Amino acid sequence: MTQEQRNSWINTFVDSLTLRGAEFTMPRSTSLAPAALIGVRAEDWDRVGQEAKASDCRWVAAWGEDCGQQFTINVCLYKPSDYLVVRTTVERATPVLASHTPYFPAADRPERHIQDMFGVAFMDHPDTRRWTRHQAWSDKEFPLRKEFPAAGGIAGSTPPDDQYRFLSAQGAGVYEIPVGPVHAGIIEPGHFRFQAVGELVLNLEEHLGYVHKGIEKIAEGRDAAGLARLAGRVSGDSTVAHTWAACMAMERAAGVTPPERALYLRALMCERERVVNHLGDIGAVLNDVAFAFGFYQFGRLREDWTRLSGQAFGHRFMMDRIVPGGVTTNIEQSAIDAMRQQARALPEELTKLMAIVDDNASIEDRLETTGVLSLELAKALGCVGYVGRASGQPFDVRRDVSYAPYDRLTVKVPLYRYGDVAARVKVRAEECLASCELIAQLLDTLPSGALKATWSAPSSTVEGVGMIDGWRGEIISYVRFAADGRIARFFPRDPSWTTWPALEKLVRDNIVPDFPVCNKSVNGSYSGHDL
Amino acid sequence: MLRILRKTQRVGVITEPLPEDGELALEQVGAQLKARVGEMFGGSLAIREVDAGSCNGCELEIHALNNPYYGIERFGVHFVASPRHADMLLVTGPVSRHMEAALKRTYEATPDPKLVIAVGECGANGGEFGVSYASCGAVANVVPVDAVILGCPPTPLKLMLGILEAIGKRARR
Ligand code: SF4
Repeated sequence: MTQEQRNSWINTFVDSLTLRGAEFTMPRSTSLAPAALIGVRAEDWDRVGQEAKASDCRWVAAWGEDCGQQFTINVCLYKPSDYLVVRTTVERATPVLASHTPYFPAADRPERHIQDMFGVAFMDHPDTRRWTRHQAWSDKEFPLRKEFPAAGGIAGSTPPDDQYRFLSAQGAGVYEIPVGPVHAGIIEPGHFRFQAVGELVLNLEEHLGYVHKGIEKIAEGRDAAGLARLAGRVSGDSTVAHTWAACMAMERAAGVTPPERALYLRALMCERERVVNHLGDIGAVLNDVAFAFGFYQFGRLREDWTRLSGQAFGHRFMMDRIVPGGVTTNIEQSAIDAMRQQARALPEELTKLMAIVDDNASIEDRLETTGVLSLELAKALGCVGYVGRASGQPFDVRRDVSYAPYDRLTVKVPLYRYGDVAARVKVRAEECLASCELIAQLLDTLPSGALKATWSAPSSTVEGVGMIDGWRGEIISYVRFAADGRIARFFPRDPSWTTWPALEKLVRDNIVPDFPVCNKSVNGSYSGHDL
Repeated sequence: MLRILRKTQRVGVITEPLPEDGELALEQVGAQLKARVGEMFGGSLAIREVDAGSCNGCELEIHALNNPYYGIERFGVHFVASPRHADMLLVTGPVSRHMEAALKRTYEATPDPKLVIAVGECGANGGEFGVSYASCGAVANVVPVDAVILGCPPTPLKLMLGILEAIGKRARR
């Protein structure tokens, strides 16, 4: 045991589980380092949920895997400053497991996703409706079981999903507003069902899954480079962060260390991605409250940054620049100078623009106390990124479970507690400032040397996990290789899994016309969630 | 208010006169686009954008068409909220099976004569996702397509060129 292992909360957790009568099926392993990995019997799964709740863990993610006679189910937990993955197996013939949802609302949809994709039933789950599955496959088929062909079994066209059982509300003056899947703006598809009285939203229920593209399934059998490309398309606005997380998982599994320069360039791209998305979204929030000046100014800044990324890295969103083992693209001195200049100029522009925004009482009126996500809810739903940070959840992978090159840098993480739209906007503006500082540090200390380590595919069934703080927050990426060096399993957990449920809650008791601004301030990814 | 005016004045007009992106500059493409839209659509081309399963990368570039650099509205092109108001559908993504019916319905709700452009590698040929249990692949596998705009994602200028070409094709018919 290392010093770190001795001090970790995981020891106490394991001891308490033992006291509760749990038995371990494998010795504590480091094969998913930096996360610790333990195995328990299926009948201990409820104890794991109970103990995780009692230990005040954050419920991070869950994923399954078809291992022949059995399905493996994993849950990832976090408590400062360590990740723990708990693994169990259920028999293929009787795939039943206790649900963690009674302890953690965050587990609700992820468990329903596993139910739809593997056919594992979660006992005592308060909501057994399907989630990811619409009508493209039947309730007797499970796409992530190995025997299910990636091409699917249904010929002909897929019927619309109009039989989903939404919650309903009754009472005088209560009416429903169904919205989507095709929305009014240039935005991804999903369905929102509002129950309202007058202008007031009583309840919002989301029905997602419309852009389910079978990402987990079509990842299987790819080579490492192919997986990196796919990961870069889990959510296009987070292409850098998702590709990095998947490559990190593959590199950890294969024992490949990317060269220093590559790591710095990855971080540089990741911070630029953060800035660009925050700028665009702040502009969009202002547009939703009819402040066109803000929309155009922030739109201008966003385009400036996008263009320079295109010039420096050869792609406006820096897609496919991260590959297993390193990066594809070097940057010229002129690009370094231009990026340094841009990171120097943005803080002043931003501060001035935010001062103008702050001065406008009508904007303040629309953003403050609108769409409040309480600290308790943010915690229960496991919210990360700016949604969490605006509601008192300070977690940031870059700082708290640091990885290269952030382990050498100072990462400033803004934190607010009001949880309203205004707080989310503030967090995002301040994150831009912090990213500018990081960009300056990265450029000042950019190491020379190779861009890429030699990638050699592993020849055994190794696994790895990557954790990256993208602009939406923590991304978890799990990869297992088959013995032929191809991908056996890929699971990317976009932070949107935590923020979509938050949106449902934070819009309650707001007026219907404030929904767009609430939604934009959260800006979950449909694609990243639907997979 | 004064500060807003000052900021607006200091930034000035950034809407592009002439960037040299590829062979054709924005202004030229824009001028042609405006002329065509003038001739064929009475000065106003209404586009309904439909994300039928994209990774959302294509949407970001379509959005960019409305930023002050490209300002596509000045050429008479604008995005509308309903397919019933649209002359053209701009469809992104491989069509996910879960969006198949919605895309068909949107297509049917768009009045004839209509133009359909499939955007991005995914829209054109299924891209990285192809055809699977969850994806119908190219837009043309689901609704009739008049033109495609390649790229992953296509840049804003490529999008403008693609729209121009598509309405040019229509003119020749
Ligand atoms: S073409 Fe590229 S950017 Fe567009 S939806 Fe497909 S993967 Fe995303």
